[in-house]
Amino acid sequence: MSDLKDQGTAINLLSCAKTFAGGVQALEPLDLEIAGGETVVLLGPSGCGKTTTLRIIAGLEEPDPGGRVMFGDDDVTRLPIEKRKIGMVFQSYALFPNMTVRENIAYGLMVRRMPKPDIDRRVGEMLEMMHIGDLEFRRIDQLSGGQCQRVALARAIAVQPRVLLLDEPLTALDAILRTRLRVEIDQLLRRLGITAVYVTHDQGEAMSLGDRIVVMSRGRVEQIGTPRDIYYKPNNDFVAEFIGTINRLRGIARGDHVEVAGASLPWSANRSGGEVEILFRPENVTISNLKSAHLKGNVVTSFFQGDRTKLILDGLGERQVIIETTDRVEFIAGQEIGFRIDPDSMIILNT
Amino acid sequence: MRRPWLFYSQFAFTIGVCTFLIVPVIMSMMAGITENFFLGIKSGVTLRWVYEVLDLYLDTIYLSLLIAVICLIVTLILGIPTAYVLAKKSGRWARMFEEFLVLPVAIPGLAIALALIVTYGGFRDFRTSWGFILVGHVLYTLPFMVRSVLAVLSSTDFQTLEESAASLGASFWQRFFGIIIPNCRSGILAGSLMVVTLSVGEFNLTWMLHTPLTKTLPVGLADSYASMRLEIGSAYTLVFLIMILPLLIGLQMFGTSKERKPAVPDEDPSEQANQQEIAR
Amino acid sequence: MDRHEYRNLVILVLPTGIFCVAFFLLPMARLVLIGASGERGIAAYLDIVTTPRHFESLIATLVLSITVTATALVVATISGLFLERNRFKGRGVLISMLTFPLAFPGVVIGFMVIMLAGRQGLIGIVSKALTGDKIVFAYSMAGLFVGYMYFSIPRVILTIMAAAEKMNPALEEAARSLGAPQWRIILDVILPALKPGLIASGAICFATSMGAFGTAFTLATNIDVLPMTIYTEFTLNANIAGAATLSIVLGLITWAALYIARNLSGSNVAAAG
Repeated sequence: MSDLKDQGTAINLLSCAKTFAGGVQALEPLDLEIAGGETVVLLGPSGCGKTTTLRIIAGLEEPDPGGRVMFGDDDVTRLPIEKRKIGMVFQSYALFPNMTVRENIAYGLMVRRMPKPDIDRRVGEMLEMMHIGDLEFRRIDQLSGGQCQRVALARAIAVQPRVLLLDEPLTALDAILRTRLRVEIDQLLRRLGITAVYVTHDQGEAMSLGDRIVVMSRGRVEQIGTPRDIYYKPNNDFVAEFIGTINRLRGIARGDHVEVAGASLPWSANRSGGEVEILFRPENVTISNLKSAHLKGNVVTSFFQGDRTKLILDGLGERQVIIETTDRVEFIAGQEIGFRIDPDSMIILNT
Repeated sequence: MRRPWLFYSQFAFTIGVCTFLIVPVIMSMMAGITENFFLGIKSGVTLRWVYEVLDLYLDTIYLSLLIAVICLIVTLILGIPTAYVLAKKSGRWARMFEEFLVLPVAIPGLAIALALIVTYGGFRDFRTSWGFILVGHVLYTLPFMVRSVLAVLSSTDFQTLEESAASLGASFWQRFFGIIIPNCRSGILAGSLMVVTLSVGEFNLTWMLHTPLTKTLPVGLADSYASMRLEIGSAYTLVFLIMILPLLIGLQMFGTSKERKPAVPDEDPSEQANQQEIAR
Repeated sequence: MDRHEYRNLVILVLPTGIFCVAFFLLPMARLVLIGASGERGIAAYLDIVTTPRHFESLIATLVLSITVTATALVVATISGLFLERNRFKGRGVLISMLTFPLAFPGVVIGFMVIMLAGRQGLIGIVSKALTGDKIVFAYSMAGLFVGYMYFSIPRVILTIMAAAEKMNPALEEAARSLGAPQWRIILDVILPALKPGLIASGAICFATSMGAFGTAFTLATNIDVLPMTIYTEFTLNANIAGAATLSIVLGLITWAALYIARNLSGSNVAAAG
């Protein structure tokens, strides 16, 4: 797999910023290196600049003066999208309603004036690859959302683009289909070994698809890293909050432990004085007996979810705490329980 | 829940309005094929008046059709690109241009005709050609073409379609002719029907712009109402109604039809086939 | 957007721009100048108020247009609401017939009025048979009123039906669930929903009635409405400057009516007919 990956075109953004008419800065100067064959996910809430970044890579937006976009050794900053040899998949699929599935897939080849037999062959390959052979002569309005998505992917890949750009391709689909297509896209990207940039606001998608994730907010990059880095070692509050559920408690550092909600937690940093914040994820706790517990709280509600039970606790400061357990025990509202936090996955931030 | 008296009184009222609108139309059609209108239909049914109309006014029918077709071609060439640009640009200048474009519809035809005459009336050859009438018709019908196409463009996400075509390597002109125009077909069709219907029936401008040698159908109609017997006027009206009837029916079918896409659920067989594919 | 695309858009819009400037903007500008070219200069534009004949014509046209608009709105609202909210056999045919006269030119409408209320018209025949008196009103302001109803009713009915279709039925059900009587529902829910459509189509009726020429021309040349006055000034009196000033004032009135309506209703309003 790794030898395939080297074939992809590297993307390099050099201090790309974007200010729209009216002075709104959608993107602060951004430097981003994407290796050939790598899949990078741009993740963040709406308005964070992820789509603007993608559109700058695509050539649909020009970066503010000073910014440069490199595809390998080519400077494509001034190149309009139609000359960049990219493939792009849109959130709304943007299939041409005046054409059949076949004509849609062939479109990019046709405008490149590829000879007819070559077009036929390539379209055939695409139809087979995306398992949509039986849809070949359908009109676009006769397709379901999932089928549209496959056609859109086939159309983008058919032209053998240097890089593949995907703008929230699964957002318009329902939850079950989304999960299924996520797997499919992942397999496809690995098989093609193409450089891909994938925009989403769904952290689940980001975690499962990205070799690396770029977490963005308000036009700024908050963190770039592998899914594991982002999840276990968030740089800051924003990243921690945005990726998955996380609990935060206020405490005071006292040497080798931290005082929280009348209890004490072990701490390796051994520093005294000052307020700190303790962050931990719901799944990184174990329910223990009250004596050996790090923290104690009262059950407000419990949600049985089959493989595990989610508990909402109070009595641990001003915010409620969410924990998960795989214990097959029933919990009653009002019950006091104690739990321990896995010290390796606990994050302590100075405030 | 329904109150019958309200239903029936509204129904009767609506029938009354309809009668008011339709009875004169039927009367004029009947009069056109009646031997002697004063005596009524019992005087006999004849096509004599229709033949007489064709004899007297056939050239006006030809001219009207000619002008309508050329007017359509001109409004297509001018209107579609203009609608596209207006859909694409949302700035103040674009809105001002749109306002300016619609002015010939907001201002009475009489005023525009006067303006054209005082400005270009001195160009003899132009003034006496049907091109002079054509200019008026294009001015008057162009906004309808533009609006019709613009309506379709603003109801579709053409911008994304265009971006996706561009991402596949299509140039500006390939996008305009290959993606934009085919996808506003319904608007172009509705606009075309409107343009032809309006051009064939235009009188306000045409009466001022015409010359004895360039008479269109409505000009001929006015002429026959003023100087011919009622049966001939009626027969002429009948000919006119028969000419625009297909256009009106077309307008009702395409002009007001709402395009509803059949929603295809995600559980159809091909999807399930893919599902199994993945499960393996 | 890159410079090439900007250039291409300009290329696309240029022919229309040239056409409209050459055949609309320049002629209208010239008309304005001609209007002010008389010995009294720009003051000629006050003629419409100071010359009794012109002023009366203006007032008569305004009164006629306002009456036509108001009547058409009431009639079409009743019928339009009925047609949109009820489903019955023959509804489609009824709608087709009601909207059929939409594209009739003014001259044909004039002829229809003659058919209805002219010397050999239906009303004349029926009234003569019933009372012995032949009622003929086609060749007067009343005939013009009937004629203008002809193109106004179909247009407003279409607008009302479109607006009524878009109306959220839950609003009416909510009002009913809160115990509102039928007349309150009409007042508080239905009419507010129709308001933009009423304003827009009302403005079109008004502007078209102000500027229509064909109907009056067919009925009689001595009906004293503004377009006829302009026509008479231009052809019979060869008073080109006078015709120009009246045309400009008339154009300003119709354009202003449509412009105001568009800003009030927030929708697109264009006159026709």
